[in-house]
Amino acid sequence: MPIIRVDDLTFRYNGLDVISNITFAVEKGIYLGIVGPNGSGKSTLIKNILGILRPEQGRVELFGESISHFRQWEKIGYLPQRLSALNTHFPGTVAEIVQMGLPKKDPVTLRRTLEMMAIGHLASRLIGELSYGEQQRAMLARALIRRPDLLIFDEPTTALDPETREIFYSLTREMSRTDGTTVILVTHDIGAIGQYAQNLLYLDKKVIFSGTFKDFCASEDMTGFFGPASQHLICHQHDQIGSSG
Amino acid sequence: MDLLDIFHYGFVQRAMIAGVLIAAVSALLGLFLVLRRFSLIGDGLAHTTFGSVAVVLLIGISPLYVTLAALPLVMVSSLAIYKLTSSRKINADAAIGIVSSLGIAAGIILASLSGGFNVDLFSYLFGNILTVNNTELLLSFIVFLIVVAAVIYFYDDLFAVTFDQELAQSMGIKTGRVNVILFLLTAVAAVLAMKVAGIMLVSALLILPALTALQLSLSFRTTMIAAVGFAVGAVLCGIVFAFLLNLPAGAMIVMFNICFLFLVFAAKKLSHLRR
Repeated sequence: MPIIRVDDLTFRYNGLDVISNITFAVEKGIYLGIVGPNGSGKSTLIKNILGILRPEQGRVELFGESISHFRQWEKIGYLPQRLSALNTHFPGTVAEIVQMGLPKKDPVTLRRTLEMMAIGHLASRLIGELSYGEQQRAMLARALIRRPDLLIFDEPTTALDPETREIFYSLTREMSRTDGTTVILVTHDIGAIGQYAQNLLYLDKKVIFSGTFKDFCASEDMTGFFGPASQHLICHQHDQIGSSG
Repeated sequence: MDLLDIFHYGFVQRAMIAGVLIAAVSALLGLFLVLRRFSLIGDGLAHTTFGSVAVVLLIGISPLYVTLAALPLVMVSSLAIYKLTSSRKINADAAIGIVSSLGIAAGIILASLSGGFNVDLFSYLFGNILTVNNTELLLSFIVFLIVVAAVIYFYDDLFAVTFDQELAQSMGIKTGRVNVILFLLTAVAAVLAMKVAGIMLVSALLILPALTALQLSLSFRTTMIAAVGFAVGAVLCGIVFAFLLNLPAGAMIVMFNICFLFLVFAAKKLSHLRR
């Protein structure tokens, strides 16, 4: 049973197709990278998968259940792209935000998760007082605290320094390998896609490519979309990881 | 007159109890509204309260039950603002403007049809907490219990929706249900606040205590408690000074709320300068 199954999904806004006829599936434990140009519908696809937006046509299943009947939301950790709209006067502390929605607040798990993201010292600070990078680390901690079965990240590393970015990628890869966590990563960080993702979905309002890296690297069509240099960079980094690990 | 003497009057006791309950309810809800940039919903609902009161007076319902009778129309107006806003085609401020204008226009037309403005309708414009009757006192108490219970029960959901609605949706929170509850409770609070501060100043009771508490940079729970504290303090001070100085209680309550805001703001500035 796939963790995510998307079947013939179309979403329109003001009569225009934002994404159309999207079909793909993600199996358990897969690290999937979703890439595509700006406005290609990556975030829209994620919001349709999570039930935030309702598609015009098509079907989404999470853990084998139709999205309309899905209730096991604790299995999903999500980091949205847009945190810049955060109200700077919001009076929530990092501890309150990270534990948001948890039925049982466990101080030990909280401390461990915050320290994992190197923000243990910020637990009692207000989220609006932090730098964008610190806010992003807090939001990552929120997504990871339950150790969910499915992690969905929409541009997670935009504001992160290289060190935290490395921590983030290593952590999610480790979760994918050891715990069988399924990871969906929407990013413009092509290097990271090559290094960490096993499968690739290239989107430009519709699916241009969906498959493994081996297929991607062998595809001459993809050279046309990505350009030879980018395709080579992605494949080279993926090969290096494959040969080392 | 001795200051303590005023507490012996039944109407002052009723005013203080009702004022404290209504102020606490308004401050609790106000924090969520301010953070979600719905600050002006109080104004909008107050204006529709004007229209609703005009309807109630036109059909001849006893003044004793005007507050109760005006509730359904204001609740419908509140849901209309929510529906217009959630359609994503109209911004919140514009949606509030539409419903607000409709309320005022309907109120004026109905007042005109009933033979011109009468004293009753004007008394709701400026409010008078000292005329709170037993029905309104009981209603305030019931609403207080409902709002406190709702905030405690839905605290996690309200917190998440206030922080980020889409994130809350991805957590499986039924954001539509949470929003409807918040908007309906706000409608009830606005109708009751009309009695305290008058239609013209309802939004002050919703906005000012929350704004004052937000200046303190506390956690969410503590900010809620602080907002209620400021609101209750302003009501008690406002009623006492209004009585002693023979000034309108609603306006005095609002003035104390503004004083608290400026005092906290000044203290915050001062502490920043000292660092």
